Amino acid sequence: MIRFDAVSKEYPGGTVAVDELSLTAPSGTITVLVGPSGCGKTTSLRMVNRMIEPTSGTITIDDRDITSVSATELRRGIGYVIQHAGLFPHRTVVDNVATVPMLTGTGRRQARSRAVELLERVGLPAAFADRYPAQLSGGQQQRVGVARALAADPPVMLMDEPFSAVDPVVRDQLQQEFLRLQQELGKTIVFVTHDIDEAIRLGDTIAVLAVGGRLAQVATPAALLATPADPFVAGFVGRDRGYRALAFMSAEVALAAEPAVALGSPLARARDVAVDDWVLVVDENDRPQGWLHLPAHPAGGPGPAPGEVGPALLNLGGTLAPVGGTLREALDAALSSPSGRGIVVDDAGRLVGSVSAATVLDHVHDTAADTPARGGA
Amino acid sequence: MTSAAGSAPWDLFGYFADHREQVLELLWSHTWLSVLPVVVGLLVALPIGWLARRYRWAYPPIVSVTGLLYTIPSLALFVIMPTLLGTQILDPLNVVAALTVYTVALLVRVVADGLAAVPEDVLQAATAMGLTRLQLLRMVQLPLAVPVIAAGLRVATVANVSLVAIAATIGIPQLGQLFITGFQLSVSGPYYPPIVLGIVLCVALALLLDRLIVLSARLLTPWQRVVTAR
Ligand SMILES: Nc1ncnc2c1ncn2[C@@H]1O[C@H](COP(=O)(O)OP(=O)(O)OP(=O)(O)O)[C@@H](O)[C@H]1O
Ligand SMILES: [Mg+2]
Repeated sequence: MIRFDAVSKEYPGGTVAVDELSLTAPSGTITVLVGPSGCGKTTSLRMVNRMIEPTSGTITIDDRDITSVSATELRRGIGYVIQHAGLFPHRTVVDNVATVPMLTGTGRRQARSRAVELLERVGLPAAFADRYPAQLSGGQQQRVGVARALAADPPVMLMDEPFSAVDPVVRDQLQQEFLRLQQELGKTIVFVTHDIDEAIRLGDTIAVLAVGGRLAQVATPAALLATPADPFVAGFVGRDRGYRALAFMSAEVALAAEPAVALGSPLARARDVAVDDWVLVVDENDRPQGWLHLPAHPAGGPGPAPGEVGPALLNLGGTLAPVGGTLREALDAALSSPSGRGIVVDDAGRLVGSVSAATVLDHVHDTAADTPARGGA
Repeated sequence: MTSAAGSAPWDLFGYFADHREQVLELLWSHTWLSVLPVVVGLLVALPIGWLARRYRWAYPPIVSVTGLLYTIPSLALFVIMPTLLGTQILDPLNVVAALTVYTVALLVRVVADGLAAVPEDVLQAATAMGLTRLQLLRMVQLPLAVPVIAAGLRVATVANVSLVAIAATIGIPQLGQLFITGFQLSVSGPYYPPIVLGIVLCVALALLLDRLIVLSARLLTPWQRVVTAR
């Protein structure tokens, strides 16, 4: 647990970067500091590993004042990841990762073999170990940065916009893997970003800072979207927060049975089970393959078996929602389905049933009526 | 008196064959007189350059004062060294000390700028990993400053090879001696071989030392080849 207790930072020259910040980052969770540029996120983060000394207030980690040990010792127990990774250009990837363990007395051989393990853990093949950072892409460098921060197995990690400098596709992938990694490791993480979407995706707790270093709201992602504390937070969280909030509601909606035909069935059979001219086609294991629109193929399609349901006839539109997923996934499945029926599948990808957009929206309506507005924590 | 054939400017080989032992001795002393000040100068410039980098306010005064040292005429420095050091006038130490002053003048700025060339995010990351100042210097700043420092060393070394020659005028034996010999033998008519030999050996020595520095820098910076190879 990291605790800020009335922490302020005034830079020489009079800029108040952080103003009386009191905040708790619970152990084993991700606490995200989010806010516009210049609101004091980096300053707050760097006060935790004493790269910046607060003007007043105290910071404790697991109830120990961070000034009770030397800065060097403190830092060796805290992983730190920054925007451009800051890898040592003159050291190979594996030596970059092994740096802190070797400083703290781990033998070279052991430190390096553990470094290679860590690289694989963050999704880099062992073949990258002997490359120099300049031989990696930005996304790969960032993975090495994460591996390096994890190398000494620190209980606490500080991350300052670690995924901001990579393109959206890579960022999405890194975020996903980061969440998976955190599920395994359970570190106490303070994560800085200016991107509210990233904050909502990654944070267990989100602290919104306003310019001048004022803490505007601390809340779970769902509570932040549902009940912003003031106009600043409402504005910052953004316009389509209603839609995004669906990602935090589980889709406990009643599913309709969805008739389906297997690939290779006679078209006549498809005609028998079709609802509104659309029929779902599955493979031999009951996994959805696509939709067949019967009026478009009155006599079947080209190919060796014109009277059968073949892959060439299928419309591949429509995302699949996992059973037990969120309302956002269910709604997306319904909206993107050509038949208007969103397909829900189980863990093995097998058809469970379908859901319509109207069903999802009814459910949202009922939930909103049941739940009184929740305040920020 | 030397033969007429031997007075052709390009008969340096004949001259070398006749004075082989003496010339090699001059070459050797020229070499260590040039190299030793670079080594000592680098050792002195490292902490001063580090200070200039570490304390930002110290950079302008340190760099301008050390830079000014370079404007002292070398002959004057050679002559006043015995007084400053309490050495004999013909002690080669005077030359070493004087050239060390020039090397320091040149390298302080190079070292400070080389250390400053380390990217800020690399420094931030290194500090956050809990490296002490000394570890930071040894493991990050110095290795990354090698290309810049090596470039400075090349300039200092080549400059020293030519400055050492001037020390002949105060009687310290090295390749500059060949110019004085040539000058003395030219009283009754031009006699070039020792002069040309001296120039050729000076240039060859400078080139050789330059190559050595380039090669060692390359060995110390394998990561740079990777980057340029892309
Ligand atoms: N060393 C410094 N000296 C003086 N002022 C500073 C210093 N570092 C930061 N500031 C000021 O403090 C405020 C907060 O800076 P900080 O870097 O913490 O912002 P941030 O929230 O991380 O912004 P960004 O999203 O742009 O990274 C800014 O107004 C900044 O100009
Ligand atoms: Mg910042």
